[in-house]
Amino acid sequence: MKESSKKQKRIFSSELIRPAITASFKKLDPRWMIKNPVMFIVEIGSVLVTYQFLKTMLAGNLNEGLFTLQITLWLWFTVLFSNFAEAMAEGRGKAQADALRKTRTETFAKKKTGEIIEQIPATQLRKDDICICEPGDIIPGDGEVIEGIASVDESAITGESAPVIRESGGDRSAVTGGTKVLSDRIVIRITSNPGETFIDKMIRLVEGAKRQKTPNELALTILLSGLTIVFVIVVATLQPFAIYSGTSVSITSLIALLVCLIPTTIGGLLSAIGIAGIDRVMQHNVLAMSGRSVEASGDVNTLLLDKTGTITLGNRQAVEFIPMPGVEELQLADAAQFSSLPDETPEGRSIVVLAKEKYGLRGRVMQDHEIRFIPFSANTRISGVDYNGRSIRKGAAEAIIKYVQAKNRPIPKELDGVVSGIAQAGGTPLVVVENDKILGAIYLKDVVKGGIKERFDQLRKMGIKTVMITGDNPLTARSIAAEAGVDDFLAEATPESKMKLIRQEQSDGKLVAMAGDGTNDAPALAQADVGLAMHSGTMAAKEAGNMIDLDSNPTKLIEIVEIGKQLLMTRGALTTFSIANDLAKYFAIIPAIFAAAFPELGLLNIMHLHSPQSAIISAVIFNALIIIALIPIALRGVAYLPLKAEALLLRNILIYGVGGIIVPFAGIKLIDIIITGIKLVP
Amino acid sequence: MKTLDVFQLLFFTGVLIVCSLPLGLYIKKVFCREATLFDFILKPVEKFIYRLMGINADAQMRWTQYAFALLSFNIAGGILLYLLLRLQNLLPLNPGSFSGMSPDLAFNTAISFVTNTNWQAYAGESTLGYLAQMAGLTVQNFLSAATGIAVAIALMRSFSGKESGTIGNFWFDATRSVLWILLPLSLIFSIVFVWQGVPQNFNKPVSIKTLEGVEQSIPQGPVASQEAIKIIGTNGGGFFNANSAHPYENPTPLASFLQVFAILIIPAALCTTFGKMMKDRRHGLVLLGAMLLLFITGVCLVTHFENAGNPEIAKILHRTSVPQMEGKEVRFGIGASSLYSVVTTSASCGAVNSMHDSFTPLSGMILMLNIGIGEIIFGGVGAGFYGIILFALLTVFIAGLMVGRTPEYLGKKIEAFEIKMVMLGVLVIPVLVLILTALSVSIDPGKAGISNPGPHGLSQVLYAYLSASGNNGSAFAGLSANTFFYNLLLGLTMLIGRFGVIIPVIAIAGAIASKKIVPVSNGTFPTTGIMFAGLLTIIILMVGALTFFPVLSLAPVAEHLKMMNGVLY
Repeated sequence: MKESSKKQKRIFSSELIRPAITASFKKLDPRWMIKNPVMFIVEIGSVLVTYQFLKTMLAGNLNEGLFTLQITLWLWFTVLFSNFAEAMAEGRGKAQADALRKTRTETFAKKKTGEIIEQIPATQLRKDDICICEPGDIIPGDGEVIEGIASVDESAITGESAPVIRESGGDRSAVTGGTKVLSDRIVIRITSNPGETFIDKMIRLVEGAKRQKTPNELALTILLSGLTIVFVIVVATLQPFAIYSGTSVSITSLIALLVCLIPTTIGGLLSAIGIAGIDRVMQHNVLAMSGRSVEASGDVNTLLLDKTGTITLGNRQAVEFIPMPGVEELQLADAAQFSSLPDETPEGRSIVVLAKEKYGLRGRVMQDHEIRFIPFSANTRISGVDYNGRSIRKGAAEAIIKYVQAKNRPIPKELDGVVSGIAQAGGTPLVVVENDKILGAIYLKDVVKGGIKERFDQLRKMGIKTVMITGDNPLTARSIAAEAGVDDFLAEATPESKMKLIRQEQSDGKLVAMAGDGTNDAPALAQADVGLAMHSGTMAAKEAGNMIDLDSNPTKLIEIVEIGKQLLMTRGALTTFSIANDLAKYFAIIPAIFAAAFPELGLLNIMHLHSPQSAIISAVIFNALIIIALIPIALRGVAYLPLKAEALLLRNILIYGVGGIIVPFAGIKLIDIIITGIKLVP
Repeated sequence: MKTLDVFQLLFFTGVLIVCSLPLGLYIKKVFCREATLFDFILKPVEKFIYRLMGINADAQMRWTQYAFALLSFNIAGGILLYLLLRLQNLLPLNPGSFSGMSPDLAFNTAISFVTNTNWQAYAGESTLGYLAQMAGLTVQNFLSAATGIAVAIALMRSFSGKESGTIGNFWFDATRSVLWILLPLSLIFSIVFVWQGVPQNFNKPVSIKTLEGVEQSIPQGPVASQEAIKIIGTNGGGFFNANSAHPYENPTPLASFLQVFAILIIPAALCTTFGKMMKDRRHGLVLLGAMLLLFITGVCLVTHFENAGNPEIAKILHRTSVPQMEGKEVRFGIGASSLYSVVTTSASCGAVNSMHDSFTPLSGMILMLNIGIGEIIFGGVGAGFYGIILFALLTVFIAGLMVGRTPEYLGKKIEAFEIKMVMLGVLVIPVLVLILTALSVSIDPGKAGISNPGPHGLSQVLYAYLSASGNNGSAFAGLSANTFFYNLLLGLTMLIGRFGVIIPVIAIAGAIASKKIVPVSNGTFPTTGIMFAGLLTIIILMVGALTFFPVLSLAPVAEHLKMMNGVLY
């Protein structure tokens, strides 16, 4: 989290602003503008008013010219401000993309064909080529380790400086182009062609080059276009009505009214909101493969969370030694510690630490040649040590029972009770046996992460159900589920049962999010609506998911859901604000343009604006400035609070709905006072 | 408002709500094929109709099939009616020996009755024989109302459907609407109206000598039967030109009260039907609540403005205020006339018991807004329901995002296609009205119909297009609309205003029906509470205000402000 907060750049920093200003002018190109129908209309309006300005100036009408000039400038500003917002949102991604691009420059690959090894530029590598990487080499492309094991520096992608291990076979075989081998030699098979590598994808994503409108954004654009069409007709028909009523309205005033009415605020900020949403996910070091997935995460109903690493600390800790009758606790602790000395796993260490803290047992001299360690094997599920005639073994209860039974030694009848007691309490029992005599059990406990229960309470309030996924048996799972406060759990989970759960939730109309890393997670990741793949995971998992967590921290699912919600809320809030604004603008402009024909309509000038011209200019200025004023909200998102929908709605309506009605009245009046004060208008 | 007016409004609203509940439940039963009281007699009739027409009423239709059935049914009805009107001089039951209608008037009238508008550019008693009135207009009164109910039911069904893609069977919906709902209610109300003094006969006009010694011919005919469906089906087309201001159509204050009641009863009941179909009454109550809020506000405002009248007249008479009695029946007075006017404009009915042209400008504006926001305050039978659902979808879309989920209504996701159709359905009325009003006040054939200059003339034209596009049918009668220009344009307006909404609605129903139902959770946008009713009301008013603010400020608002300064039009 510290890492990501450091990355949180200030919204307006000078290195972002300058290129954004240039970009906002470049974006005036109509071929670009037409993608945003609302702002395209504003641009057309600006061109028309510019023409009007030139016409009045040529006619020598100075007073009218000054008014038209101001409207012209502010209309252009409106377009530019909107472009600026989008450029700002893109700029943050661009900076990141440039950094990534540097890693891609001119690397060479040691391509292996048969026994021949040749040096070729990385760009010439094709899929299924075989390459060799040695310490100090930059890995030339995305691939899979087919031989060897190496430590790799992936900081270019993850920002994490600690090296990671990549080895052939298993779930840690994927390597990414642009990362650096630190030690050892590996042989890799290239899995993607140049231009399609992970880094290429990343660059495209952060630059937003291939950005497509998300489904909701598309629907909102339709709504905004619909409103725009109506306002075009409202304004266009105003002229015939005015003529019927014995007056006429200048083109400039009509266009000013139109621009004020159409939803420029949201129209100008809509794409910035979308880009910023992806960018916020990125700041959490998560790559969203599309805006669609960020949007979908706001809708998630069910979160599938792996127990280990997400709900509990990644590792279990020894909390108690439970001896069999007739065995001293100290004896058990000693045997347990001794057998765990070479065990580098966190569980093994926690046994050593517990024995030391509780019984004062210290580490022993280990150089003795007589000592023989039996490493853990997945086959026997037992590890241990032989030393000086002592033969100590520890392992899962069933495995030890089998081991002891094979030697025809008795099993204490108390063992069963102790083991199941530990399991029921949510722990994992390890049984210790010395010289074929069962000494007792070690209670390994899953430690639930601090604060996770509160997190789940918040999610529940937001209407999101959490399901814990674990390979544990149902008893253990239930107990941990209760302690962590999840709504449900899936015990003894297999890839098939996970898949079934996802399908079942989806058939009830729910959206499901999950995190996964192994190849066997891939189908479920693909099936889930939001699939967060761990960067440390296999290529298959990464391809299947629609987001990749570069920190490989599955807890981030929760943050991603919050970002998705924030994105949608921001869109809704600014749409509401934009539409609510129109009321004040009507009250400013309608009395102004009919002041001559119907002086009585002056009664509608409830803001008591100085003059018809100042009223129109003030409304246009407000309309332009509000876009700039709201850029921070668009980029940062509206404040997100984990509340029930009703409370959230009420809060946002009060701020953006009621606020949207009041703010422009005050704003327009204020601008009116200022511009009449500095004599910009008669 | 006077105490009596307040009492009348409260009593009326109370009776309406209480009676709409059982009717709503009954309607639900009818369309869900549950047993009802009238099955023993109606089921054989229904079966006979299906056999006669070769209809398989069990076939489930996709939205395109449903729309096709509905359109062909309406087109056939329209052509038949057109021929009846044109050729009535050759057909029997024409005791007044009226000639056939002119082509443009027949075109306008046929569309008018097929679209449930009942805009009448003619005077019924001096234009139409009994066959045209009964077999033509009255039949369409039934069928157009049944069409509206069918669309509403199909839409309701789509929300309860789970990935089905079908929305029911149009023939089944239409047949049941007529047999189980419209016919029994019409029968009851016809008899009540006959009791109240509405004529029901085939007699020729009676000639009498008035007290002044002038010869007067008093027309009569099968009025009560047409009156009942005119009201119940929110049709509004009068037997006589004066509509429900005519003593034969609306003889007593009780009859007047029953009429406003009958206008709103089916639209109000459909809210209950909806709630029942969704298995949660609150969904219907929320819609009813929003409707009532807008309705009661409207009645209060109109009654207030009518009681206040024109201050200039009050000044002359040295009184604080003089109620605006011009164009109103003394039998009914301000209260009943105001109530009737708001009911008829809210409900897309168009029957009138007073002349809207003579209302004070601001009252006129309320009536125009009632129509302009899309005839969704109760609205036409069926039409009001599907109209307000369009707004509910709009509300959910705009405000729903603010809870941080993509918008959904009743568990159905609202996406690009639905929003496109919602925008079409919601905006067709403002767009039509603004464009055609602007055209009509700009060219001579349009301006020729205007009887009063200035802002009031603009109101007259605006009201005509509002009424036509909203399928209301009432008028600011000062406009002489029986011209080729207005017959043609208003005819087209009615057509687009009706089917330009119905087709998008059926399309929405089709899309909604094929969607999954997302289960309700704490994070779901609440669409049952007071907050949603409030939001819905605000969105409705915003859309109405934003589209009509400019033209209304030049018409009724300007007229009102001029009136306050002593200038009248």
